[in-house]
Amino acid sequence: MSVRRRRTRFVWDAIGLALFVVISFPVYWMIASAFKQEDELNGLTPTWIPLHPTLSHFRDAMNRPFFWDGVKNSLIIVSVTVALSMVLAFLAAIALAKFRFTGRSLFIVLIIGIQMLPQAGLIIPLYVVLARYHQVNALSGVIVTYMTFVLPFSVWVLRGFLLGIPKELEEAAMVDGSSRFGSFTRILLPLVAPGLVATSVFAFITTWNEYIFARVLLNDQSKQTATVWLSYFTGTSRNTDWGGLMAGSTLIAIPVIVFFLIVQRKIAFGLTSGAVRG
Amino acid sequence: MTTSEIPGGTALAAEATLRPRRRRPFTFARVLRAAAPYLLILPVVVVIAAILGYPLYHLARLSFQKYGLFELIARHGTDVGWANYSSVLHDHVFWQVLVRTIVFTVANVALTMGVGTLIALLLTKVSSVVRVLLTAGLVLAWSMPPVVAVQVWLWMTNTENGLLNYTLTKLHVGDYFQHDWYATSFSQLSLTTSLIVWGAIPFIVVTVYAGLSQVPHELVEAAEIDGARAWRVFKDVTVPIIKPIFLVLTSLSIIWDFGVFTQPFLLIDQTRINTSNELMGIYLYEEGYVKTDFGRGAAISILMLLIVAVLSVFYVRKMVRTSDEAT
Repeated sequence: MSVRRRRTRFVWDAIGLALFVVISFPVYWMIASAFKQEDELNGLTPTWIPLHPTLSHFRDAMNRPFFWDGVKNSLIIVSVTVALSMVLAFLAAIALAKFRFTGRSLFIVLIIGIQMLPQAGLIIPLYVVLARYHQVNALSGVIVTYMTFVLPFSVWVLRGFLLGIPKELEEAAMVDGSSRFGSFTRILLPLVAPGLVATSVFAFITTWNEYIFARVLLNDQSKQTATVWLSYFTGTSRNTDWGGLMAGSTLIAIPVIVFFLIVQRKIAFGLTSGAVRG
Repeated sequence: MTTSEIPGGTALAAEATLRPRRRRPFTFARVLRAAAPYLLILPVVVVIAAILGYPLYHLARLSFQKYGLFELIARHGTDVGWANYSSVLHDHVFWQVLVRTIVFTVANVALTMGVGTLIALLLTKVSSVVRVLLTAGLVLAWSMPPVVAVQVWLWMTNTENGLLNYTLTKLHVGDYFQHDWYATSFSQLSLTTSLIVWGAIPFIVVTVYAGLSQVPHELVEAAEIDGARAWRVFKDVTVPIIKPIFLVLTSLSIIWDFGVFTQPFLLIDQTRINTSNELMGIYLYEEGYVKTDFGRGAAISILMLLIVAVLSVFYVRKMVRTSDEAT
């Protein structure tokens, strides 16, 4: 490499590092603030790292009313939504990946079109219809609402995973005398399992992060989800407990961050081909 | 669409052509095979029709009714014809909100796509250590739940001792001591933009970078040997290859940013939301849900959904076409 080339490379690296600091800083600041003592948080001069790390904010956040209710409700909603959606979406994905049929294009338009609907535009119809069937303020109402968003996304991503499986493998199994169902359970399912896991995890994240419908459809504080709990944290008072808020934020973000780091690479292609924002 | 139009490819089609064509009896197995794809998509179709289709049908009806809290309890509204629509379309606030949302969307999409693409290009120039580090930072930002990110923004921008005010003052950008970022609509919406752009950039960078890494080296080298300058290589080799993905990402970003709700709603805070800072999603929420005027809210929803439907045509068509190529 010439001196000039090395120098430009150095400049790009410096810009890259600066961007790394700026982009990841908010995440760092959230975690660092959660561990800081009260006087470090309230001082006029910020400290860049927690000088005397403390866990007291985490204790405060967990002891705040309805924290555990929120976590429990979120977990119930997430697990039921994901479990139901995966089964139904997997069936539809097989239809899209392995069959040609009249109405296939229409179904694809439906699957992709739904994901484009702005959620705000659906607040009123869903609220009014769910109220009619006494599903407002019930976890079941939120679960079915979430399914309308998780299903199309999952169908589309799982279809991609299924297409990635070489047809020869399946055909070879059939030549060997396996029935169509046999080839499905013994060849297809193990091959697509990582895809199913990745899609489930991503569905978990979307559902866990959801805010609007949880806010509108669940009125009782004991029924609300973790994200709604967090959004009420600041309240209306001027004296926000920043340490507690950042500890609560960290607690809610950590499972998502960990899961996301695991599946991000696997799922990225699904995102480009029509999906919800992460 | 019939099966004969499509060049074979699926296992089923292959099977059909391999076997000698002869009339086979109308057996249960054959019916089952023909019905299989429909049986497979049936559950999804039923769920979507019930939980999305029916409410959307109901929405269309609501938009022609007077439907408030009383009607919600009585379970039926009174028909008022086009009154809700004319009330909305004659409301200057609606038009203000529409214009504000369009300007907001353009600004957000331009920043997201511009900065995102630049960072993706930067990733092709840096050393591998920096690339891994920067990608990790991007994925970290990407993984933050929006509701959580809002809280971090509130903490960093708070008036009393927010980090933003401290840093700007220290860097001598100006005197930002106790500066209130939530004082004007412009400032509130700018903060919202910073939050949205920060959250959206990682997806753009990762996708554009994936597209850039598909640019064949031989092509670039050939162009360089032919004496093309860096800019020419970029314009004539790189751009045509990443253009399709760039267009898809832009249209997705437009749809997302136009319908944005959570970030402005929580960052600006309900106590400060008014007609001078509302975006379409929030306007709809305030007019329809908060004021429990569901009929009028339904009319606004229909208008918003129509706008987004128009915006989505390009993207959906593109996706359907690629899906046909894939199978």
